[in-house]
Amino acid sequence: MAPRTTMPGEVAEADWRLLDLDQFDEFIRSLNDRFEVRGPVPTSDAIVLGRLRRARDLPIGWRDEQSPGRYRASDQGDDEYFGHAVAATGPKTELLPARQVMWRSEGRGGRLKFVEPDARSRDLALLGVRPCEVAAISILERVLVGGDYHDPHVDDVGRGMFVAVVECARPAATCFCSSMGTGPGIDDGFDVALTELFGPHRFLVRIGSERGRREVARVTSTRAHDTDLVARAEVLERANQRLTRHVDREGVATLLEHNVEHPMWSDVAERCLGCANCTMVCPTCFCTDVHDVNDLAGDVTRLRTWSSCFDIDHSYLHGGAVRTSMSSRYRQWLTHKFSTWWDQFGSSGCVGCGRCVTWCPVGIDVTAQLATLHVKELRDVDSRVAGVS
Amino acid sequence: MVTLLLQATDRRATAFRPGQFNMLSVPGVGEVAISVSDAPRDDGLLHHTIRDVGPVSHALCDADVGDLVGVRGPFGSDWRVPDRATDLDGDVVIVAGGVGLAPLRGALNQFVSLLDDAAGHVFLFIGARDPQQILFVDDLATWDRAGAHVEVTVDQGAPQWRGHVGLVTDLLHAAGFDPANARALVCGPEVMMRVTAENLVGVGVDPSRILLSLERNMQCGTGWCGHCQLGPFLLCRDGPVLVYDSALRSLINEHER
Repeated sequence: MAPRTTMPGEVAEADWRLLDLDQFDEFIRSLNDRFEVRGPVPTSDAIVLGRLRRARDLPIGWRDEQSPGRYRASDQGDDEYFGHAVAATGPKTELLPARQVMWRSEGRGGRLKFVEPDARSRDLALLGVRPCEVAAISILERVLVGGDYHDPHVDDVGRGMFVAVVECARPAATCFCSSMGTGPGIDDGFDVALTELFGPHRFLVRIGSERGRREVARVTSTRAHDTDLVARAEVLERANQRLTRHVDREGVATLLEHNVEHPMWSDVAERCLGCANCTMVCPTCFCTDVHDVNDLAGDVTRLRTWSSCFDIDHSYLHGGAVRTSMSSRYRQWLTHKFSTWWDQFGSSGCVGCGRCVTWCPVGIDVTAQLATLHVKELRDVDSRVAGVS
Repeated sequence: MVTLLLQATDRRATAFRPGQFNMLSVPGVGEVAISVSDAPRDDGLLHHTIRDVGPVSHALCDADVGDLVGVRGPFGSDWRVPDRATDLDGDVVIVAGGVGLAPLRGALNQFVSLLDDAAGHVFLFIGARDPQQILFVDDLATWDRAGAHVEVTVDQGAPQWRGHVGLVTDLLHAAGFDPANARALVCGPEVMMRVTAENLVGVGVDPSRILLSLERNMQCGTGWCGHCQLGPFLLCRDGPVLVYDSALRSLINEHER
């Protein structure tokens, strides 16, 4: 790499750039020349992942309000591009679609011919996904392509995927990314990271890969100054202060391991409807059902569809399900997500996006459930200290 | 019970180790995980012993000679049968409940073939519901002739039955194996494995030398579908054969895991 010089107050040009609003629009349009660009878009009453062709496709001026069992999003009429938190749907639908053909087989004359589905025609670019979602993508990739068997679809999509992440300025009340170490800012795992700054309205761009550098170089941008980095730090500091929910990321794994018979499981089971919403909106829940569908000509399509450990059939074994009670199914989900995921894949399965809290129809809050386990542990300690049995 | 003998359409033999499983499919019906019920054979045939319990296993049990069946695999962990007789440093205790003998059959054949030069003996204890349900009757005689100690017990006797009646664990105590260097392989219903493993430890077998073959719903074999969760294990990847350590011991003693 050639030596660089920077003027006082300027930061290394190679790593940080600035885009004004027109340049940002140009950046999205330019990405569209090479990628299918997807990001947050407004629908009638929610922000979802959709097609982004230009900056004005974004939910500009929109705010969302998320709390246990509640989601509201609406246009506030201002000019903030990313004034909302994590969208209702995320990149999981791209990597692991809810319904997907794995292969088809054609049976002719006693022979079977297997046909694989077509690969993506264009690489995907995600723009405006959040730091927690970038963490979720890497978890999904670890699960589905990080082991001995590489899921061809996830591999194909993940390999070509361009990630332009946007750091969070206004986390929702349900977010707990700072506890899980995934946000509200991000330092690696992206092609470019954007931070929306005001006065003047602009985007600070951090280059995270050579591909990111090439894409930014295709549009006009200007040098960033250390005042821009200070402004970014202030955005993240304010975002951190807005994060009101917390989880003890590492401690909770052991806590769950030691509390298999805790009364919390039957308490929460009285509220849990077993609707599986939490697992559907979870950006890392990867369970699928695999089934064959055949037609009259003898052709077979092998499908996989999202499945959930809250379905009683999830644990079906000849003769009946293993986890028949709601408490055992809730325990399976929460314990897997926060504890045995470490054993299986070397990380937590939770990124703290808070979707399971928002989209639970009865407002069950994982952070509160986990805190219940802590309270019991503390009581145990207290009673031991006090010498009471 | 039906044992399918499968030959690859290209006649190539598949490498695998006893205890591993394949995903068997019937086009248009579906796919199920079935363990291989023999060791790798010179004729290259894959043996799978199947109980007719659902639509796919029903279609497999209905298969005719010459039918086409899909095979993906092998997947999972195995019984860790040593390659050489000199690596066999003690007695081999094999405990099977019902159809649990099928995944053990290949390991038994391999252990029995190592017997002549090995330091230990093979002890096989089988529990079946009734005399009609005893699997691989011809093999039992073969293993017995080859020097294995074979004992069978049934839950319910029958007029012609002269053997044991009762739990398979009742056979373990007076069996005559030396627990000090013994290894044990156990496969059967989960409750039977739990009690058997506790009994084996009770007579002095080292828990780290006890292997169990666990079962959960499996829909892919590749670790993607998430159905075979058992605590810290993905059974298609980490199992089905697992060491009876303290983690597994508490798992199988807990309700609805």
